[in-house]
Amino acid sequence: MSKEPVAVVGIGQTKHVAARRDVSIAGLVREAAQRALDDAESTWADIDAVVIGKAPDFFEGVMMPELYLADALGAVGKPMLRVHTAGSVGGSTALVAANLVAARVHGTVLTLAFEKQSESNAMWGLSLPIPFQQPLLAGAGGFFAPHVRAYMRRSGAPDTIGSLVAYKDRRNALKNPYAHLHEHDITLEKVQASPMLWDPIRYSETCPSSDGACAMILTDRAGAARSPRPPAWMLGGAMRSEPTLFAGKDAVSPQAGKDCAADVYRQAGISDPRRDIDAVEMYVPFSWYEPMWLENLGFAAEGEGWKLTESGVTELDGDLPVNMSGGVLSTNPIGASGMIRFAEAALQVRGQAGEHQVDGARRVLGHAYGGGSQFFSMWLVGARPPES
Amino acid sequence: MTRDIAVVAFAQTDVLRTSDELSEVEMLMPVLHEVLDRTGLKTADLDFTCSGSSDYLAGRAFSFTLALDGVGAWPPISESHVETDGAWALYEAWTKLLTGEADTALVYSYGKSSPGSLRDVLTRQLDPYYVAPLWPDSVALAALQAQALIDAGDTDEPALAAIAARSRSDATSNPHAQLRGSLPQGEYVVRPLRIGDCPPIGDGAAAVILAAEDRARELCARPAWIRGIDHRIEAHSLGVRDLTDSPSTRLAAEKAGAFERPVDTAELHAPFTAQEVVLRKALELGDDVRINPSGGALAANPMMAAGLVRIGEAAARVHRGESDRALAHATSGPCLQQNLVAVLEGDPR
Repeated sequence: MSKEPVAVVGIGQTKHVAARRDVSIAGLVREAAQRALDDAESTWADIDAVVIGKAPDFFEGVMMPELYLADALGAVGKPMLRVHTAGSVGGSTALVAANLVAARVHGTVLTLAFEKQSESNAMWGLSLPIPFQQPLLAGAGGFFAPHVRAYMRRSGAPDTIGSLVAYKDRRNALKNPYAHLHEHDITLEKVQASPMLWDPIRYSETCPSSDGACAMILTDRAGAARSPRPPAWMLGGAMRSEPTLFAGKDAVSPQAGKDCAADVYRQAGISDPRRDIDAVEMYVPFSWYEPMWLENLGFAAEGEGWKLTESGVTELDGDLPVNMSGGVLSTNPIGASGMIRFAEAALQVRGQAGEHQVDGARRVLGHAYGGGSQFFSMWLVGARPPES
Repeated sequence: MTRDIAVVAFAQTDVLRTSDELSEVEMLMPVLHEVLDRTGLKTADLDFTCSGSSDYLAGRAFSFTLALDGVGAWPPISESHVETDGAWALYEAWTKLLTGEADTALVYSYGKSSPGSLRDVLTRQLDPYYVAPLWPDSVALAALQAQALIDAGDTDEPALAAIAARSRSDATSNPHAQLRGSLPQGEYVVRPLRIGDCPPIGDGAAAVILAAEDRARELCARPAWIRGIDHRIEAHSLGVRDLTDSPSTRLAAEKAGAFERPVDTAELHAPFTAQEVVLRKALELGDDVRINPSGGALAANPMMAAGLVRIGEAAARVHRGESDRALAHATSGPCLQQNLVAVLEGDPR
């Protein structure tokens, strides 16, 4: 039995901002979903099922909000499934939706992820009370800063690498009309002079807190044949998880990330990711995660990832562009962030990324991670359907 | 369907009013060991793992990440999580097996209602702008549904009391149940629902193993084949729903093939007595169908696990040869808003 090929034929997102006070949660998700339907030139009636994802329910203060969102997402009378896998959820949600098509359970599925972080304070929402976590960890930055420091020590990377990533991503965001941060006066000096938040992570090297939603229409071969615009084809997709803390865990380059990438590359027939993949949209909430993930995903040897960043390889016009959209560093509605990465990969191979389009992008990787560097979800999409 | 997939093992905890001395991981661990022991599998043998739970019960974000530590996710595993009842985690695992990417899957779910006031907590599930600010609690909403049924002539209080009595009486043979034997209907909680019409509030966990094709036959003498499974959701606003009916249950049952041939057993996730009336009508279950031999959710209703328990109980009866074709149902949301139906069959004897 072979799987049904899965195509992305519609993509929609909101203009991500700090606070969407003009819309309800339902209004926010419907805006993204409607844009995805418009892109696919489809209607609500064409959708067989809805798969929705978001990060912790405490961010909006609504328990299992998919129940309340059933009407807004046209799901009444249809299956609606809610995924929650921490920060990787946007990616995982897309993969669960893709499986419904691949298994031939449904022909066309709407998948959507969102976060309306202005409803609460995400940093403190992520700071677990004692005794679940040691005091003074204060948000995700406090958790990840020691891992960044460990990477710097291990690789011998110069202190400036993180600021180069932030400067690049914030400039890429200027080309993306949906990105949250549009810092027209950004300079490298400003990044390097910004306040230190969690040593070695400076203010300009961290993600913002955003309100936003992202939606995709996934469909089978027949659906793709009706698509008015070029589809993106899923060539491989995988999830991997490992425990939060355990003796022997490599917090800098987690095994789950390596295994997940290896699974995707196997499915897609990728033997050398650096050669075979044209661009990467990866989950970089703190600048230093670009070189760390470049190594974890096999684009550079261990300890060498920062050299790609330093030499400009990951710039928009570089040999391996990374985070063409401006990335998580420019836009972070947490639950949606993984799906935005997956959607950006699809936009690129469809040739519809506008000003931040990479010329000739044929195979692009979308990557998300979450929890304590323990949940990974990735997909590789291509301009041509899978061969088998 | 192109691939035969079965429930090959099921385990559950005893459901208790409080489990203060146990963390969620500690509550879950024995169940995971038990379900693995039933099949002789180890964590590393499983191709996929999927769980269901709710942060709002635990009172902390990402509560499921600690449970994952209990699974022993090392080396790293292919894993996912749904923020709802474990029956939907089973659905996700079923689709994963259908793609052929996995031959075996572990599904687990758990819920501890004891740390908070469940009636208050569940109000946070409601429309956050128009309904949740009024804090209508789960019993009050179920009472609206019960009254609508009585007004429609579909049931009356003695009939509801009989459902309560039958459930707790059946639960006497279920060592995991929280309420067993003959219990008085008691005072009204919210008219027309009395204490006996409401589910007990309890903590518990459950786990199931799924396997495909020959792998299922290796792991289980009489696998409970999933002949069909589907779930549907209704509008959220109670004002636009007919609470005396469950069109989402009927549609899910139709898609799952439940009406193609009669079932001999049905495990219904009806936390309130009146909801069993709604479900029986939607599922066209006659008097010859054995309803909730486990005692159902009126005997034990661990949040986020009770739906998975229905599938597990139905499967276990197929495993034991007590059923040849069983229906299992799970629900989520206020007044049966979202419903899942699975049809399980044993090989002919």
